[in-house]
Amino acid sequence: MPAFSFDGTFADWKRAARRALAESCPPQAARWTNARAGQVELELAESPAPYGWESEPPARVRVPRAFLTLAQEAACHSDPTRWDLLYRMLWRLGHGEPHLLEVTVDADVTALRALAKAVHRDVHKMHAFVRFREIPTAAGSWFVSWFEPRHHIVEAAAPFFVKRFAAMRWSILTPERCAHWDGRTLTFAAGATRDAAPPEDAAEDLWRAYYASIFNPARLKVATMASQMPRHYWANLPEARLIPDLIASAQPRTETMVETSDRHRERDSDFGTASVPGSRDLSVLRSAAATCRSCPLWRNASCTVFGEGGPGARVVVVGEQPGDQEDRAGRPFVGPAGQLFDRALQAAGIDRAQLYVTNAVKHFKWEPRGKRRLHQKPNAREIAACRPWLAAELQAIQPDVIVCLGGTAARSVLQSSVRVLETRGRWHPTDFGAPALITVHPSSLLRLPPGEDPKAAFDQFVADLRRVSARMMGFAQGEGGALIRDDI
Amino acid sequence: MDVVRKLQILADAAKYDASCASSGTTRRDSRSGGGLGSTTGNGICHSYTPDGRCISLLKILLTNHCSYDCLYCVNRVSSAVPRARFTVEEVVRLTLDFYRRNYIEGLFLSSGIISSPDYTMEQVVAVARTLRVDHGFKGYLHLKTIPEASQALIDEAGRWADRISINLELPTAADLQQLAPEKNGARIETAMDAIRLRIQESTVQRAKSPKAPVFAPAGQSTQMIVGATEATDATFLARASHLYTRRGLRRVYYSAFSPIPDASRKLPLVAPPLLREHRLYQADWLLRFYEFNVEELADARRPNLDLALDPKLSWALRHRDRFPVNVNRASRFELLRVPGFGVKTVDRLLQARRWHRIRLADLTRLKVSLQTVMPFIETVDHTPTGHGLDDDNLRARFAPPAEQLDLFAPAGASVSNPA
Repeated sequence: MPAFSFDGTFADWKRAARRALAESCPPQAARWTNARAGQVELELAESPAPYGWESEPPARVRVPRAFLTLAQEAACHSDPTRWDLLYRMLWRLGHGEPHLLEVTVDADVTALRALAKAVHRDVHKMHAFVRFREIPTAAGSWFVSWFEPRHHIVEAAAPFFVKRFAAMRWSILTPERCAHWDGRTLTFAAGATRDAAPPEDAAEDLWRAYYASIFNPARLKVATMASQMPRHYWANLPEARLIPDLIASAQPRTETMVETSDRHRERDSDFGTASVPGSRDLSVLRSAAATCRSCPLWRNASCTVFGEGGPGARVVVVGEQPGDQEDRAGRPFVGPAGQLFDRALQAAGIDRAQLYVTNAVKHFKWEPRGKRRLHQKPNAREIAACRPWLAAELQAIQPDVIVCLGGTAARSVLQSSVRVLETRGRWHPTDFGAPALITVHPSSLLRLPPGEDPKAAFDQFVADLRRVSARMMGFAQGEGGALIRDDI
Repeated sequence: MDVVRKLQILADAAKYDASCASSGTTRRDSRSGGGLGSTTGNGICHSYTPDGRCISLLKILLTNHCSYDCLYCVNRVSSAVPRARFTVEEVVRLTLDFYRRNYIEGLFLSSGIISSPDYTMEQVVAVARTLRVDHGFKGYLHLKTIPEASQALIDEAGRWADRISINLELPTAADLQQLAPEKNGARIETAMDAIRLRIQESTVQRAKSPKAPVFAPAGQSTQMIVGATEATDATFLARASHLYTRRGLRRVYYSAFSPIPDASRKLPLVAPPLLREHRLYQADWLLRFYEFNVEELADARRPNLDLALDPKLSWALRHRDRFPVNVNRASRFELLRVPGFGVKTVDRLLQARRWHRIRLADLTRLKVSLQTVMPFIETVDHTPTGHGLDDDNLRARFAPPAEQLDLFAPAGASVSNPA
């Protein structure tokens, strides 16, 4: 039985295979000897394939490029029978089956593809699962990894690390081959042992913290994990030691989560839909709102503070929510901010009797601070829960313009979050058939950041309000007046 | 607060984003021009957690403080979770340290809305800019953008990022109104479309000159939460199809609502949403690679996918008149509709049958499950018998056996006394 000796590499095997073909050695008879290892890698006993023994050897073998690509990958497989498969296919390609690879269901073709795929996957997993540890040296950091591939792939996998970590010095040690990169040249050396690689270090704790935190215990799919990250690789993955505990604690953690969500749901049940009467009569709306329970704010507030002003008002002014004094009085804009607002109206030449004033949220939200009730900003759900009341007020009055004092009012009227400081003093379209002017809330003038000039802030507020009076004058002059066109 | 604790909080807060893909971007590496990193175009999963999801990117929030109150979200303002905030420098260092050790392909950065949409977006963009400009980072960057942020910031995000995304979260305007009052579906779509135009523009420019600036070369993606509202699978799939075809999205992710609703734990009359999420992914796949239409998978009459069967098998059982399909003669379109045949299998069969008449043994070598395909195909050596397609029990053969539910057993108890 003819034996062909080669050095165990694919390149040298090609040379040996060409000689075998030249000698018309049929695949059943060829024996491949790895000279470097000094051993017979394969001794083929028999092959059921019915082709080839008597046929003439080809003058010259031309094989499709796809075969070479697949064969080169398959040659890295640890299966000792791979050389035989490769030679048998080479033989067939040269003996009347040049289209062999297109017969995608052929036993040899599927076997070759399976080998190549396993190697491809192992290379991919090496790219994924190599874990470097950093060793400080006089010449800077040196990154070293210990890895155990399944197949003979170190040479095939190393160029990826050169491209990725070109500016780093690194070494990947494996039992069979080691790859070293000094920043300029990639070299390969004989295999190493695990203790040649550095021990674990503190940075791996950070990585494990991430691994444990990104895991979602509510969805356990251990089989999927194990199929993508086979146990073979776990020994060299610093995070893998967490797996058993993460799996074991998943169920109790999920139960805790569900219990917490029950508590959330109780809180959610505090919210309902406001039952707003279909009436356009403000007094009907006001008395219905007095008993509103569509959000939990009613519990701590004294009363519902509904809007105020004549049904003939042409301007609706929307604030945020009643404050401490409004809550006691049951009327909007009577506290310090309301008084400042009155002064500003006067400066802008607006008669408060022309206005209807109300708030986006109609209950006082607060938290205790000593003996005081400290104002708390209403959240989005509370604003949304109260919005039907504001909408009813606007529909009842049908104003010509709306004024939003502050972000909460603007959010409720425009139904989106806006940046007050960037949008103030301008008109915005609304769903209520009237444009809205956005300006700051007067309470913001009462607690200006240090360094800001209260006079200038007040003047700017008045300037914003003057746009309202200018527009109102336009209406007074008659529909279609010059001022109406303004800047919508 | 130390970095470990911050990492725990801000990774925990980020895990409800399903996407961790690092694929589909331009190929680049650090051999010339220095810096650190490379992308291969295919993406690499560096680890897997026991939830079956991969870790490809360092997926974190810049902060989980948020002024929004979206009910499905773990980070909503009314949620009682611990809060933390990374500095730009901390995120940059974490990314580089993890990357050098080959733990990750890059960074997926998202954030709660603090102060204002623009302020938040500016911080996210600053991380990307620092990585790319100051450190020559060539790894993968996925930035979550905020639809309310200014166009200039979104443009800069697209310049540094491989992929940008805006989460739609809920498939209909009514659902958004109900659960995410601050979100505006129309505005999200407008923002998506602006991104689509930028991507298209950059692709056209780069075809003319490779030096033209890139804009999110891995495209944009989005996510929808499944099971938080009454929305049906038909709604989700129609929305996804719209996003793929009209908005040019690269991927739509579906994320089962979490934590699990209480009722389904105690009374598992329907399978948990995890399976529904899986079925939606399968259907999404059929839309993108198997030439299926949404209406074929789910419509007004059958608004939800069959949980017991995969959507293709379910479709085949409803269209038995289309089968058996002759493997040696059928078109690619017909073969793609056979339950048990994937795209690769079909392409291999089409190639092989030019040389060879297909038999069952050939299918076995292609690792096709004969049990699944046999009722639906004809080969040289096989024709389904009367027990095949006309069999009333055909569905039962595929569906998992019905489980006897024990309403009274406490959780964890095995079998109750039959008395």
